[in-house]
Amino acid sequence: METTTSDIAIIGAGGAGLRAAIAIAQTDPRLRIALISKVYPMRSHTCAAEGGAAGVIKPDDSLEHHFNDTVGGGDWLCDQDAVDYLVQEAPKELLQLEHWGCPWSREPDGSVAVRPFGGMKKQRTWFAADKSGFHILHTLFQTSLQFPSIERFDEFYATELLVDDGGCQGLTAIEMRSGQIRQFRARAVIVAGGGAGRMFPFTTNGAIKTGDGMALAYRAGVPLKDMEFVQYHPTGLPSTGTLLTEACRGEGGVLLNKHGRRFLQDYGMGPETPLGKPVLKTMELGPRDRVSQAFWHEQKKGNMVPTEWGDAMLLDMRHLGEKTINERLPLVRDMSISYMGVDPVSDPVPVRPVVHYMMGGIDTDIRAATPLAGLYAAGECACVSINGANRLGSNSLTELLVFGRRAALSAMEHLASGRAQGNGQAIDARAEEARGRVRALFQRSGGGETIAGLRREMMHTLEQHAGIYRSGEGLTEACTTLAALRRRYANIELHDKTNVYNTDLLQALELGSMLDCAEAVAVSALERKESRGAHQRLDFVERDDARFLRHSLAHHRGGDAPRIDYRDVVITKSQPGVRDYSGGHA
Amino acid sequence: MSERRVELDVLRYNPETDRAPHFQRYSVPCREEWVVLDALNHVKENIDPTLSYRWSCHMAVCGSCGMMINREPKLACKSFLRDYQGVIRVEPLAHFPVERDLVTVIDDFVAKLARVKPYLIPKEPKALEAGEYRQTPAQLKRYKQFTLCINCMLCYAACPEYGLIPKYLGPAAIALGHRWNQDSRDGGRDQRQEELAATEGAWECSFVGACSEVCPEHVDPAGAIQQVKIRSTVDWYLEHTMPWLTK
Repeated sequence: METTTSDIAIIGAGGAGLRAAIAIAQTDPRLRIALISKVYPMRSHTCAAEGGAAGVIKPDDSLEHHFNDTVGGGDWLCDQDAVDYLVQEAPKELLQLEHWGCPWSREPDGSVAVRPFGGMKKQRTWFAADKSGFHILHTLFQTSLQFPSIERFDEFYATELLVDDGGCQGLTAIEMRSGQIRQFRARAVIVAGGGAGRMFPFTTNGAIKTGDGMALAYRAGVPLKDMEFVQYHPTGLPSTGTLLTEACRGEGGVLLNKHGRRFLQDYGMGPETPLGKPVLKTMELGPRDRVSQAFWHEQKKGNMVPTEWGDAMLLDMRHLGEKTINERLPLVRDMSISYMGVDPVSDPVPVRPVVHYMMGGIDTDIRAATPLAGLYAAGECACVSINGANRLGSNSLTELLVFGRRAALSAMEHLASGRAQGNGQAIDARAEEARGRVRALFQRSGGGETIAGLRREMMHTLEQHAGIYRSGEGLTEACTTLAALRRRYANIELHDKTNVYNTDLLQALELGSMLDCAEAVAVSALERKESRGAHQRLDFVERDDARFLRHSLAHHRGGDAPRIDYRDVVITKSQPGVRDYSGGHA
Repeated sequence: MSERRVELDVLRYNPETDRAPHFQRYSVPCREEWVVLDALNHVKENIDPTLSYRWSCHMAVCGSCGMMINREPKLACKSFLRDYQGVIRVEPLAHFPVERDLVTVIDDFVAKLARVKPYLIPKEPKALEAGEYRQTPAQLKRYKQFTLCINCMLCYAACPEYGLIPKYLGPAAIALGHRWNQDSRDGGRDQRQEELAATEGAWECSFVGACSEVCPEHVDPAGAIQQVKIRSTVDWYLEHTMPWLTK
C-alpha cells in the first residue's frame, strides 16, 4: 500500500483545518504537514457562512460581555474555561485574518466595522458583507499557498484512523481520482471534518457535511459529546433550505406571522421594538433556539403562512431600503430572487427554521485534545464546548480559527513530548484491514438495500422525532428505527464497482458516517430528560440543573446502541441563571 | 412531484469501462423551481447511482458544480430548468480533461492560482498588537469585486484563448493576482508582475470578454486583465524612458 509519512496529518481543509495548517507551518517550517480533504479546500462548507465572526474590538464592549452572552446563550452548558479562552483569543484571530488580507467591511475611518447579531449584548460581529465565511475560507486557502511544508491531498476521503500503542498514528484514505487506498502515517492527527447537517432532510448544509470526521473519531473510541443539541437556524428558504443570514435581522429585518404581527413579543422576547431600530438581545435579535421554538408554537396555533413547501413565517426587510440591502445583504437578495422569486426590497420573504449546526461533536478539551493520545479536533466536528446547548450566531467562525490554531499548537506539543510512535508493522496491518473493509463493500451483492432508500428513512426519522421539540415516545421510536437502519446498512449494495471518482462508494461511506452520528443524536436526546437550549422535551419541559448540568458522552459500541455517560460542566464564574431576552439588557 | 418532466442528455465517460465518451438520456420528473443540479440529484438517487459529478452548497458559493449546459459554462445549482426548452445537454466544463462523467481534472487551474502569489505581501509589516491596517470603504472597493471569485472556472471554459493555448494563465488566476495588487495593504506587485505581465499572462488575452460574461459572481476578469496590461505598459515606458524612477 502506498504510504505517505508526515509529522502531522489534518483531515479537512475548511476554516479549522487550514488555520491549523498555517499555524504549524509558521511555527515550525520543518514539520511536514499532510492536509487531507475530500474536497478542494475552497469547496469546504466554511464558504457558506454568511453573517460574520464575533470578537471584541470596540471600546464599549468587553471580554466579560462576550463571555456572558455566550454562556447564557448556551443555557449554561458551555465549559466556562473554554469560553474564556475563546473570547480572549477571538480579537487576535480576527485581526490576524485582517493582516492576511481578509476584505472585512469597514467604517468610513478605515477601521473594521462590526454588526449586531442574535443574543449578543454589544455589536461585535466582524463581517465581509454577507459572505464572511467565504472570504475567511479563501483568505486562509490563498494564504496557505505560500507555505511549502503544507502538502495537500485534495479529494482524498479518510476512512479510518490508525490507532496503536494507545495513540493515533495516522489514517487511511481513498484517493478519489484513482480509487486507491493510501496510508497516511503521522505522529499527530487533527480532525477538522465539519458538521453533519445532512442527516436531516431540510438543512442549510452542503452535500459534503456528512459527519465523516465525527464518525472517524467515534469509531476509534473517542466519545461524541452533547450530540442531542442540534441548531435550527430560524430563517431558511422553504424551497431549498438555503440560509438567509441572521444579519438580515441584525440590519433591522423583522419576523411576521400571517396576521402581520411580530410574534416574538408573545414568546418572552418582547416588548416590540421600533421598526428599523433593532435592539440588541431582544425580539428579532433573540437567540436562534428561542426564535425557532416560537415558530413551532405559532405553527401549532395556525398563525403561519402556508406555502407549497410547508408553513413559513415572513422575513420583512422592505424598510431597510434597496441601498442598504445591496450593500450589506447582496447575497440574500440574490438568493431570495433566484430560489424563491421574491425580491426582499419589495416583498417579505417566506422563511422557516432549518437544521444548521451541530453544537455537539468530538469530545475535546480546552487544548483541542481528544481523550485519544495524538488526536486533536477543531471546528464544527468538535465539541469543546463553547457553544453549550445553543450556539450564538457568529461564534462558530471565531471558534474554528481559535481552536484550529489551538489544535495545531497542541499537536506540536505532542510531537515535542516524543511519545512512542507505535509499532510500524502493527499499523501496516491495521491499514490493510481498513483497505479490506472498503474492498468488501465492492463484494457485497443481493442485499437489496439502497443508499438513497436508507438515507431517506434516516432523514425522515430525525426530522420526525429529533426536531425542534422532542418527546420520549418519539425518540424511543427514532432509536429503534436508527438501530435497524444501521443493521440494514450491512446489506447495501454498490451499483458502481469501478475505481475512478466513484461517488456511489463515497455516498455509501458518507451514509455510514451519518447513521452512526444520527444514532448518537437520538440516544443522547432520549437520555437527556430535561429541556435546555436547542434540546426541548415536551415530556420534560423544565431545565434540570440538579441532574443535567452535565455533558453527555456517547461511546461507540460496534453494532449496538451507544453507551451514554456524563461529565460535569466546567463553571468558573457564571452560575446558571435565567435567560432573559425581554429587552431589559440593552 | 408534478407531472412536468425534463429530458437531460448527460455526457458519460468512465475511463475504466468506456472507450469514448457518449451521451446518456434521462427523463426526470421535476418541479417548477428546480435547477439542473436538482435534476441530476434526482437521477443519482432514483435512476442511475453511477453518474458522477461534483456539488455541495446549492447556493452558488462553493464553486463545485461548474459544467457545460447547452454548451454554455454554468453552475448547475443556478441554472433553472424553467429557462430551458427541449432536451438539456449537460457536459463537463470545456477545456479541462475529463476525469469521469461530469468531473474534470482541475490541477492546471490550482497550480496557476498558486503561481500568482494570491496572498498579502505587506507593504508595511505591522505587529498584531498594533491593530488593523486602516482601509477606507473606497480603498476596499478598488479590489473587492475581484475577491468574489469562487474558483468555479467557468471563465476558463468560456475563454477561447485558454482553449487554444493551455499555458495561458487564464482569467480567474489573473483577476486574483490583480486583486492583491489592488489591495491598499499590499506591496507585492513587483513579485506578481513576472507571472501576470508575462506573454502567457495578461498579454495572451485577445479581449474577447467571454470570461466576464459567464462569471456567476459578476467579477470582471476581462477588466482586471486590461488593467494589468495598462500597468505593465506603464512599467515598460518608465523602465525605458525614465529608468531612474524605477530604480
